[in-house]
Amino acid sequence: MPDTLQTPAGHVRLGSNSGQPMTRRDGIAKVTGTATYAADNRPDRLAHAVFASAGIARGRVVSLNVEAAKSHPEVIEVITPDNRPALHLDPDGKSHPFSWRIEALQDNTVRYAGQPIALVVAETLEAATEGARLLAPEYDTDPARIGFENGEAYDPPAVGIGGNPSFSKGDFDTGFSNSEHRIGASVDTPAQYHNAMEPHAIVAEWSGDHLTIDTPNQAIHLARGAFAGYFGIPPENVTLRSPFIGGGFGSKAILVGPQILAIMAARMVDRPVKLVLRRDQMFGPVQHRGATRQKLRIGTDGNGLIKALEHEATASTSSFDDFIEGAGNASLNMYASPAIVARHSAVRVDTGTPGPMRAPGEASGSAALEIAIDKAAEAVGMDPLEFRLRNYAETDPASGKPFSAKSLRECYELAAQKFGWSDRPLAPGQMRDENGMLVGWGMGSALFPAPMFAAQARATLRRDGTALVETSGADMGQGAWTALAQIAADGVGLPVDRIEFMSGTTDQPDAGVAGGSGHTASAGGALFEAGSNAVQKLADLATADPESPLFGAGNTGVEAREGRLFRADDESRSESYADILERAGLERIDAMGSGGRDPANTEARAMFSHGAVFAEVKIDPDLFQIRVSRLIGAFAAGRIINPHLAKSQLTGGMIWGIGFALHEEGIHDLRSGRPLNADLAGYHVPVNADAPHVEALLVDEDDPYVNALGIKGVGEIGITGSVGAIANAVWHATGKRISSYPIHIDALLS
Amino acid sequence: MTLSISLSVNGESLNVPLEDTRTTLLDLLREHIGLTGTKKGCDRGQCGACTVLLDGKRINACLTLAASVDGTDVTTIEGLAQGDTLHPVQAAFIEHDGFQCGYCTTGQIMSAVGLLSEGDAGADPERIREGMSGNICRCAAYPGITAAVLDAERRQSESEGTSV
Ligand code: FES
Ligand code: FES
Repeated sequence: MPDTLQTPAGHVRLGSNSGQPMTRRDGIAKVTGTATYAADNRPDRLAHAVFASAGIARGRVVSLNVEAAKSHPEVIEVITPDNRPALHLDPDGKSHPFSWRIEALQDNTVRYAGQPIALVVAETLEAATEGARLLAPEYDTDPARIGFENGEAYDPPAVGIGGNPSFSKGDFDTGFSNSEHRIGASVDTPAQYHNAMEPHAIVAEWSGDHLTIDTPNQAIHLARGAFAGYFGIPPENVTLRSPFIGGGFGSKAILVGPQILAIMAARMVDRPVKLVLRRDQMFGPVQHRGATRQKLRIGTDGNGLIKALEHEATASTSSFDDFIEGAGNASLNMYASPAIVARHSAVRVDTGTPGPMRAPGEASGSAALEIAIDKAAEAVGMDPLEFRLRNYAETDPASGKPFSAKSLRECYELAAQKFGWSDRPLAPGQMRDENGMLVGWGMGSALFPAPMFAAQARATLRRDGTALVETSGADMGQGAWTALAQIAADGVGLPVDRIEFMSGTTDQPDAGVAGGSGHTASAGGALFEAGSNAVQKLADLATADPESPLFGAGNTGVEAREGRLFRADDESRSESYADILERAGLERIDAMGSGGRDPANTEARAMFSHGAVFAEVKIDPDLFQIRVSRLIGAFAAGRIINPHLAKSQLTGGMIWGIGFALHEEGIHDLRSGRPLNADLAGYHVPVNADAPHVEALLVDEDDPYVNALGIKGVGEIGITGSVGAIANAVWHATGKRISSYPIHIDALLS
Repeated sequence: MTLSISLSVNGESLNVPLEDTRTTLLDLLREHIGLTGTKKGCDRGQCGACTVLLDGKRINACLTLAASVDGTDVTTIEGLAQGDTLHPVQAAFIEHDGFQCGYCTTGQIMSAVGLLSEGDAGADPERIREGMSGNICRCAAYPGITAAVLDAERRQSESEGTSV
């Protein structure tokens, strides 16, 4: 059986470009070092900026030795709350749902350790760095509030971005108390930091009232409007270039304070200014995944049918803004249950504000849910896969709506078979490998919603037989430039090598947000429609022209393929795009298109990608060092445009699952509130040796409702399911259920 | 007093004024010489994004003071391909999708070239993974990276075999 099943899906017929495992179109640029990331820009007269970070978590800056910094050779300017120019918008305001309260030196208050408290601009990076050090701040310090016990609790009005903080269906209490088997699970997840390999960076340059910014950004037009707002200029006056993003994972979608500081500095010193965060500065002002404390209860009958499911989550946020991990909502759409409750509370602590990080809500929630489900299966004495199949949701458990498409059963089957799950002993602690390591097998179910954003694109057919397609997409590694070009090529009916694909700046039409795993669907839909519209215009020309072999075919009577229009009823009559344009005396013909979803389908259906992940761990019986020796997942996410790149996205997400389960943890000192491990030696992310065998399989899925192209996303789902699968494998190896991530050796020693 | 250093970068002899003795080799390459293919991920030897070859050995350019490389031979990612012909490791990275965002990639490739010339890992995937673990890829393109290095190793040993 092949790992990849490829048959056409969706109700729009795509051409021969989509579905091909093309290598990346930006591959050569990336392997030769010519791909230009923001910090690689070096305009003439460039000045370098470095910000000084607060060394306390709460209080006020009472003094800065500005004089010392200024008198350091080559320092040009020191910006503090005393001399910073006014902004047009309040940095503590929230102009739309995607704006966070930011620090732009508005006053001397310190709200978290690592907050920018002053900015030094110098001729060289070395001088700016030394200047920032010479500021030697003194503080008036208030006690830091760190951790769930010490923060200020409150009921959040929303979770995630506008998500519902509570949900209830059926009668949980009765269902639970009447259940034959009842289990509870408590699971803590720590603060995690995105830590894209590319630190946040910006090069800002003013020319009169026009601002040019090189900065990595996942939502270029949205950011353009936000930058313009802070500086009181029209959005058209902002040129934003983000051709390559060195990893985003959610942290580069929303504007952050340091970007504003650099732009401000560029205006003050009237020179281009570059500001690149140091790695330790990535642990404060640029968001993180907030910590959660979760409690679940599940009741089942004697046959293993879930009768009641409750998921409570407390999430931490900053003292001054709200982003609440919607972890409890991970239990709303996965397993069937007549009674489901999800509830959220929040705690304010003295850290930077959290934000969306790869699979926000879903990752943390799934990490806890899958442990609880495993415990419920254990209580019934059932195989974990059989238990999950027993409770398979045929319709969306929360809304009762049918799924637009759901192929989770096929995912379970394919991944279980590849993994060899049927040989698994039911009881824990039964398996050893040839070196005497404890071996455990665990599984988890994966799920991620399929959102879409408004997106626009333009397609231009040119007389030389090529096409220009444009949308302001963001390639942060997901392969947008490749997959979107494949879709665009099918839209204009040309081979992909005859497409010029322009993307990544504000010069192109708004491609929406590269987030929520919805970019390919949204921007791809827009590109496809723009292409079809341009071809339509060409067909109108040809079919109305008595000299064309297509004359009289009617504008629906032609098909576009390989740069030619064919009569649908007579393949022998065709004409090339170039000839049609030439005879019409046109150099080019263009059209716009937009992406989106039929609102009637949104109303009627629940839309998710699904998957199943199986993990094998090997654990040293004396030292309890844990290794994930195999991680195999199968995923169904609608039509796959490029299986080569989709698999990379999925295995990348699964390896994030290894990081979540075993490594990642932002630790703050309870007393000072300072991050204790703000570097890559202290904050561990998986390295190559941590992921010896990670494999993603694709299950073909025809989803006729999700959008015209039948596309869902693959960027985030890989992390869901994987985390719980690893925790469950650890249990299967050792008999120990863990109650917090990452799983430390000491949790197994006790 | 301004010092200057002489070194060879990608085969070209350079004499570079060193205005600031605090400058690292990484910043020298990126900000002074203008070779921005080498990336900064941490600036303290913890990520490998800045890997270059110094006299043929892989090193972290961020941990190397520019003042200390006088008289050496530095190879960066810009010096790897022969004109339009990619180095086999570069080609293998494209073929096996050994990257996503591309930010760690130049460091990964230089590290892989260094690893292959060290000759210790051979065709053993486990040793390759270990030998490449000083290069963090947050996109976690590790399966592709390992496959690419294995493939390049195979091609290299085949061509060595035929040339003997
Ligand atoms: S930048 Fe040199 S090791 Fe990270
Ligand atoms: S490709 Fe993105 S960090 Fe490696």
